[in-house]
Amino acid sequence: MAEPIILFEKVNKWFDGFHVLKDIDLQVAAGERIVICGPSGSGKSTLIRCVNRLEEHQEGRLVVDGVELGDDVKAIEQVRRNVGMVFQQFNLFPHMTVLENLTLAPVYVARKPKAEAEANAMKQLERVRIAEQAHKYPLQLSGGQQQRVAIARALCLTPHIMLFDEPTSALDPEMINEVLEVMIELAGQGMTMVCVTHEMGFAKAVADRVIFMDAGQIVEQAPPEEFFSNPKSDRTKDFLSKILGH
Amino acid sequence: MKKKSWIRKNLFANAWSSLATIVFAVLVVAYLPGLLNWMVVQAVFGPNVDACQAARGTGACWGVIAEKWRLIVFGRYPHLEQWRPALATVLLLGLLFASCVRKFWTLWLVPAWIVVWVVFFWLMHGGLGLSVVPTDQWGGLPLTIMLSTIAIAGAFPLSIFVALGRRSKLPAIRTLCTVYIELVRGVPLVSILFMASFLFPLFMPVGKSPDVLIRVIVGLILFWAAYLAETVRGGLQAIPKGQLEAAASVGLGYWQTQRKVVLPQALAIVVPAVVNTFIAIFKDTSLVTIVSLYELTGALSIALNSDANWRPFKIEGYLFIAALYFTFCFAMSRYSLWVEKQVHHG
Repeated sequence: MAEPIILFEKVNKWFDGFHVLKDIDLQVAAGERIVICGPSGSGKSTLIRCVNRLEEHQEGRLVVDGVELGDDVKAIEQVRRNVGMVFQQFNLFPHMTVLENLTLAPVYVARKPKAEAEANAMKQLERVRIAEQAHKYPLQLSGGQQQRVAIARALCLTPHIMLFDEPTSALDPEMINEVLEVMIELAGQGMTMVCVTHEMGFAKAVADRVIFMDAGQIVEQAPPEEFFSNPKSDRTKDFLSKILGH
Repeated sequence: MKKKSWIRKNLFANAWSSLATIVFAVLVVAYLPGLLNWMVVQAVFGPNVDACQAARGTGACWGVIAEKWRLIVFGRYPHLEQWRPALATVLLLGLLFASCVRKFWTLWLVPAWIVVWVVFFWLMHGGLGLSVVPTDQWGGLPLTIMLSTIAIAGAFPLSIFVALGRRSKLPAIRTLCTVYIELVRGVPLVSILFMASFLFPLFMPVGKSPDVLIRVIVGLILFWAAYLAETVRGGLQAIPKGQLEAAASVGLGYWQTQRKVVLPQALAIVVPAVVNTFIAIFKDTSLVTIVSLYELTGALSIALNSDANWRPFKIEGYLFIAALYFTFCFAMSRYSLWVEKQVHHG
């Protein structure tokens, strides 16, 4: 395996004494698509949020895109410029239009000229098929539309890695597909993706590897065919039977 | 028919509504004629002391305004030089008005603010061809408007930094801001003004203390910044954590996040509360009278107390300055509604 783009080495994290990540070892290769699943409270969101340091780890080594994450603010900002993130609750900036949401970071972080940033933003909006809403405010859009805008916002910095933290969990059922379609398209374009989700159809369709977490540990990881047809641990079997069993 | 249903719906919708309508109607019928009689019919409008004395108790004496308006509006400022505060105030009000209009929100406002304030203080204070008028002779409406404008323009930005500081991750800054807010907010404005005026010079080398007006302005800014900081902090608390995370995830630093993401939303939420405080700041400038700065209310007292003939007509005087205060406060209130509309999206 070539130099991994994300490297967890014996990473540990505590929330006020609660051991939320236990000895996490994980390597993600460039271009790889990872799906992380597990029961709530298993630490999967925390793990993904450590990658762009929305959460800090207390022990172990975490290297993202060649930069080791620690207290160095400049290093953190560099990693964040190269890592896009999509949140469960979209987290669009409600006081800005869609276009302003997309150009904010390119203009103020990457120091791109406004015209260039806007042209690129429109391109990304077309990519998520929502260009006609560019001048609306987020709260005027449906949940699915907002999440697609959020994906476009993350893409505007041309990230090397995309993180998705339960991107469809807050959506009405009929809007889940429009978001998944965009994510599948993105996966097809060679983007490195780490995705926390319970959409097992998505995992089967695009994941190179599925990771199952429980109680702060990586319990099992395998390619999707193997993961779904032949889970090894009892905890994985139990989890899969619960989410696939109806 | 239409009129009838309107009356039914708005005045007699139910028993309580009907009762309220009747009570108000009775009050209006009972008191309005008397009030109008006093304010208009029997009132004396000319500056005629004898006529006013004769009408005492039955009609208002608006003559007191006609006679004393220059003292009320300009305080002890030398009579022949009063065109200077008048012009300075007009300039300042023009600047404030322009600053409130979206069309003028360009970088030109910055030099405009500097130029108008320089000219304002030159006109008020003198020098360069104008006779010098020391600050203890400034007074009336120009002083009220100047003090409240500087207090607001100074305290509001400061309050934002203090509010951010109180939520800072750095313990030293957080403690400093918290102590400042609690200390300053915990004492009456009057005592701050006393300290600025009488206590502060005791700690300074004789003759080295800055002018009392400057000390009072600093006191006002520090006092109101502590108040506003808590209002602003209320807005900051209302911003969901997800907004900060989204800003961080696209690489915005602390100040960029505050300026572009947090403050625009937080300040939009607190517009009504902030303008509420602005109105209080404007009215509470009247407290500087106690340190011998005769702004509008102080100037009114001087104007009436210095003349035994006109002294009885205080009510008319207070009604006059109440109308002035109301005009400014109502304008601020309406402007705040407009601002609220501008910042509301989706």
